[in-house]
Amino acid sequence: MSITLPATSVDGLISGVSRDYDIERIRADFPILKRTIRGKTLVYLDTAATAQRPLRVIEAVDAFSRGYNANIHRAVHHLSVEATEAFEGARNILRGFINADSIREIIFTRGATESLNIAAQCYAASVLEPGDVILLSNLEHHSNIVPWQMVCEKTGATIKVIPIDDRGEILLDEYEKLLTDRVKIVAVQHVSNSLGTIHPLKKIVGMAHRAGAVVVVDGAQGPPHLKVDVQDLGCDFYAISGHKMYGPTGAGVLYGKRELLEKMPPWLGGGDMIKSVTFEKTIYADPPAKFEAGTPNIAGVIGLGVAAKYLEEAGIERIAAHERDLLDYATPRLETIDGLRIFGKAAHKSGVVSFTLKDIHPHDIGTVLDTEGIAVRTGHHCTQPLMERLGVAATARASFGMYTTRQEIDRLVEGLHKVIEVFG
Amino acid sequence: MSRRDTNQGSYSPADELSELYREIILEHSRAPRNKRIMAGATRCAEGFNPLCGDRVTMYLSMEKDVVRDISFMGTGCAICTASASMMTEHLKGKTDSEARSAFQQFQSKVRGEEAKRETASEAVGDFDRLEALAGVKRFPMRVKCATLPWHTMMAALDQRDQPVSTE
Repeated sequence: MSITLPATSVDGLISGVSRDYDIERIRADFPILKRTIRGKTLVYLDTAATAQRPLRVIEAVDAFSRGYNANIHRAVHHLSVEATEAFEGARNILRGFINADSIREIIFTRGATESLNIAAQCYAASVLEPGDVILLSNLEHHSNIVPWQMVCEKTGATIKVIPIDDRGEILLDEYEKLLTDRVKIVAVQHVSNSLGTIHPLKKIVGMAHRAGAVVVVDGAQGPPHLKVDVQDLGCDFYAISGHKMYGPTGAGVLYGKRELLEKMPPWLGGGDMIKSVTFEKTIYADPPAKFEAGTPNIAGVIGLGVAAKYLEEAGIERIAAHERDLLDYATPRLETIDGLRIFGKAAHKSGVVSFTLKDIHPHDIGTVLDTEGIAVRTGHHCTQPLMERLGVAATARASFGMYTTRQEIDRLVEGLHKVIEVFG
Repeated sequence: MSRRDTNQGSYSPADELSELYREIILEHSRAPRNKRIMAGATRCAEGFNPLCGDRVTMYLSMEKDVVRDISFMGTGCAICTASASMMTEHLKGKTDSEARSAFQQFQSKVRGEEAKRETASEAVGDFDRLEALAGVKRFPMRVKCATLPWHTMMAALDQRDQPVSTE
């Protein structure tokens, strides 16, 4: 392809990016990027599904297993003390990372899905009454839909959907109209996994609070791509996925405002979530322990803390600017491909390009790209209601991370030409 | 490298790709046979692949135990559409038990297993064309695309009430 496009920029950020952002040094931190797939250097464009891990995270997890594996909050022996300190140290790192007021507001979970289920089952299920309303956006991931449907079955509450426009942005005036006094919960994502839309969360939270509703945020796609300050946003709950922010799988966070967490019933029953147990009565521990029954994913949580540190050092704003540059580089180049249609054109977007190509099924696109060593996600991205709204069964999605390069986007464009070659 | 590279032996990615998307498969996916709603169907089932959201509806018109007519509708990838199209061509005129053994044989082919001897001996002559789909065995994530129409056909034969799923 021989088109020449001007180097696009947002507010002259590009020159700043190239000066501050040493992409080669960052890539050197991610061992997997040296892998070959089917004889070709891996081009990993599926960071929105799971981000790759820097060596520092891999080593932190390994160091725990090798050097101080022990159960936490239990024994008096030295290894347990080290393990507990590292685990609680991670809690403090995460508190700072999202600027929560207290470490008591940081609950470690298995991931964003569990976090949302705790908010739904422990908070919502205990306050909702028949006729109450939960508002969800049309863009939500299944993990921010299904837990609410389960709560509705239990309580008699109902779900209403906040519509979006064709660009993939929430219609705020429609949202305002839906905010009646029956609305008790607004559950929305921070950033769309399917389309990349970055929602005006602070505004959404403010409107909900004025209407007396509590806001639960699916933040799975938030922290890896933008600075999250839960106090500034004002949200009541914020769910974080560890592996989407360059940490291990099986570790996540539920942030909740302390006064809400204190009123909520526990999640699982078991060890570590109690003050005292007799067969007659159990007194529950205070948050966060109340929601952390059982031995947690200690190594995973420690790795998550290291990932948060790594992101802070790299600079979330710099990463965001880098990903914005990639998006501005990718969008016009992809659009020159005959028959390629991009879904999601929000003004504020993270590094996600969701697209279809002629009438070629996204699975077939994904398989051909795979033979070129290029990893993209294809399908409905766990957002079937959104796909229905967009009028497609599935899309292909290329998603960028802190290590993605312009050269990799060039490889994607070449790969898509190959797809056209095969399917004509 | 501790992890095996998927580029094994002398088989190149380009070979794998042309093995998967053989001309006959592309041709069937572009112009699928028997893709229509069947008004007088005696049996019908819906199949669903939760991985990608693909849906297939199979229609059968049985006369005693013979498949007098078979058709399908739905949205799917090239592999799924071609598989459904080729299956309908293959099964028309076959008996219930011939259809079932073809299902077994097809499953083995696309999973890269050798068909069990007893199944193979029951299989009916013109299976060769379906061999074209055997290329999916090198793409484990795509095997379900090829088998979805077959599972759905089996559900229709059994007249199961629930939609079938590949999961």
